[in-house]
Amino acid sequence: MPELAQTEPATRKPNLDLKLYGPAIALVILCIIGFSLNTAFLSEGNITNLLTRSAFIGIIAVGATFVITAGGIDLSVGSMAAAIAGIMIILMNALVDILGTGVLTVAVGAGCAVLLGALAGLANGLLTTKGKIEAFIVTLGTMGIFRSLVTYFADGGTLSLNFDIRGTYRPVYYESLIGVPIPVWVFIIVAISGWFLMNRTTFGRYCTAIGSNEHVAQYSAINVNKIKTWTYVIQGLCVALATVIYVPRLGSASSSTGVLWELEAIAAVIIGGTVLKGGYGRIGGTILGALILTTIGNILNFTDLISNYLNGTMQGLIIIIAVWLQRANWGKSKD
Amino acid sequence: MQFGKTIVAGLIGALTFAGAATAQDTIKIGVSYPTPTHAWAAGMNWHAEQAEARLEALYSDVDLILINSPDPAAQASALEDLVSIHGIDALVVLPFESEPLTDPVLNVKDSGALITVVDRGLSQPGIEDIYVAGNNPELGRISAQYMMTRLDAGDNIVILRGIPTIIDNERFDAFMAEIEGSGINVLDHKHANWNRDDGFEVMQDFLSRFPDIDAVWAQDDDIAIGVVAALEQADRAGDGMFVVGGAGMKETIRGIMDGNELVPVDVLYPPSMIATAMDVTVAAFKSNGPVAGRYILGATLITQENAESFYFPDSPF
Repeated sequence: MPELAQTEPATRKPNLDLKLYGPAIALVILCIIGFSLNTAFLSEGNITNLLTRSAFIGIIAVGATFVITAGGIDLSVGSMAAAIAGIMIILMNALVDILGTGVLTVAVGAGCAVLLGALAGLANGLLTTKGKIEAFIVTLGTMGIFRSLVTYFADGGTLSLNFDIRGTYRPVYYESLIGVPIPVWVFIIVAISGWFLMNRTTFGRYCTAIGSNEHVAQYSAINVNKIKTWTYVIQGLCVALATVIYVPRLGSASSSTGVLWELEAIAAVIIGGTVLKGGYGRIGGTILGALILTTIGNILNFTDLISNYLNGTMQGLIIIIAVWLQRANWGKSKD
Repeated sequence: MQFGKTIVAGLIGALTFAGAATAQDTIKIGVSYPTPTHAWAAGMNWHAEQAEARLEALYSDVDLILINSPDPAAQASALEDLVSIHGIDALVVLPFESEPLTDPVLNVKDSGALITVVDRGLSQPGIEDIYVAGNNPELGRISAQYMMTRLDAGDNIVILRGIPTIIDNERFDAFMAEIEGSGINVLDHKHANWNRDDGFEVMQDFLSRFPDIDAVWAQDDDIAIGVVAALEQADRAGDGMFVVGGAGMKETIRGIMDGNELVPVDVLYPPSMIATAMDVTVAAFKSNGPVAGRYILGATLITQENAESFYFPDSPF
């Protein structure tokens, strides 16, 4: 331990820039590319679209940062979002007769979503900790369960929100407050709360400690099971929040809702500099990671230079390069 | 006791005889298709169930057995079961994938059953007796023809494509061939994967990128829903802008009946084609006319005038 403590500041200092600011630099480079392809890239409308779009993956990725930092993984988030969206729509449609089509129905729907998210996260957490099953397997299982639930609820088709409630609920996605869209506000609040929780509370330090070495954390009198379970509950809450702002966008949920969101969230976390095997987490990096992922998709839509069939290749390349830039630096400092 | 036993034995004998008689006379038709995991397939499932109820009510000696399978391997097993357990006289199959199901379907044919293939052809010609399918190139062509009636040379359109597959290519290529020489500019085309969310995001980006768009070919009703949301968000849904989707989703058709100006038409690629296939297959046993052959359904242009006959409010699609 003392050795580590001594070498860390020495190796960190000269390489501080790329490691810490790598994601930010990557994002700036992407923006320059986007602007040079088409000046409309930096138009107010496109920036707003970009930020609003990043909100879903970004909010989910903030939760994923906690799970991954504490050495876990959650593959169920995309399916969870779809299932919560489905149940929320069914509930709100059913409440029309009792509560009308006003704010109250939407509030009950959103409250129910948050509750469901917390419960789903709790289930993932307890199965991992008390059930002693690997997180990968638990969440692979719940991923399948949540996904098939939404297919079942929708009878294989699409669940659509009552048209009158849509009018009440629509502003949550489309309206702005002081020029900033509401989803972006939610994203900002989640990001700041996440940053505070990770960097300024014992909870955040415990997550890091557990992710570095679970046994040492256990012997240091940290209630490992409790903390780990909480990371999944936080993840569930983040998924629920993302769903609450997702549903008013198109007012529908189907089995194709939230497909691959789990991988996008994990990619955002890793691009941001968090270590996949746990023990080191950066909320700020995660936010940038989410923005980078959305920006790649946006830029590909802004150009016809690259064949449509190669979109996946471009995304894959940029993700690998973004992470390599940071890691290569790590490797050099250790030699 | 002796008396009772005789009665029971007699009954059993009578039942066995009756059973044998029905087994001989009943026309058993297996219907195999992928498990519905998206709206279009759910609609197909619904139409298959409707056709089953209708045909079995019409003919007391027809027994339709509906089986859906979650993957190609499961569908291959299901086909084996249909032959070995049910001893089917005919098979209606929408193959999950062409390659892996060609041999299993060939095995069913070798058992002497009549084969009807729906929508997705097998990779070897000549196996099926009856082929029923939608018309992908026609969908592209009809969409393009409608666009040309509404647009002039110099007008701009954008295209949102489906998942990169042969189906998408057929539709797209036929559309492009049809509008060639009309002077309509295709600003760009991107894949929106037959998905509402992707449709929304791709359209948002098209709107940021191109200040002047006159119409959108969304190719699919799900994509069109995302496109419409993006147009309304950007406040560009007016000025004669219109969106052409495809498939025949009930909400879209409802909108056409109600005179929606933004999505005024739809081009049919109906999930009910499974019902057509079941009808034709039953006809092979019941009709006095020949039925073997290829049935390529039209990609009908659905307008306010004819929308009602394509509207199924109880279907999930």
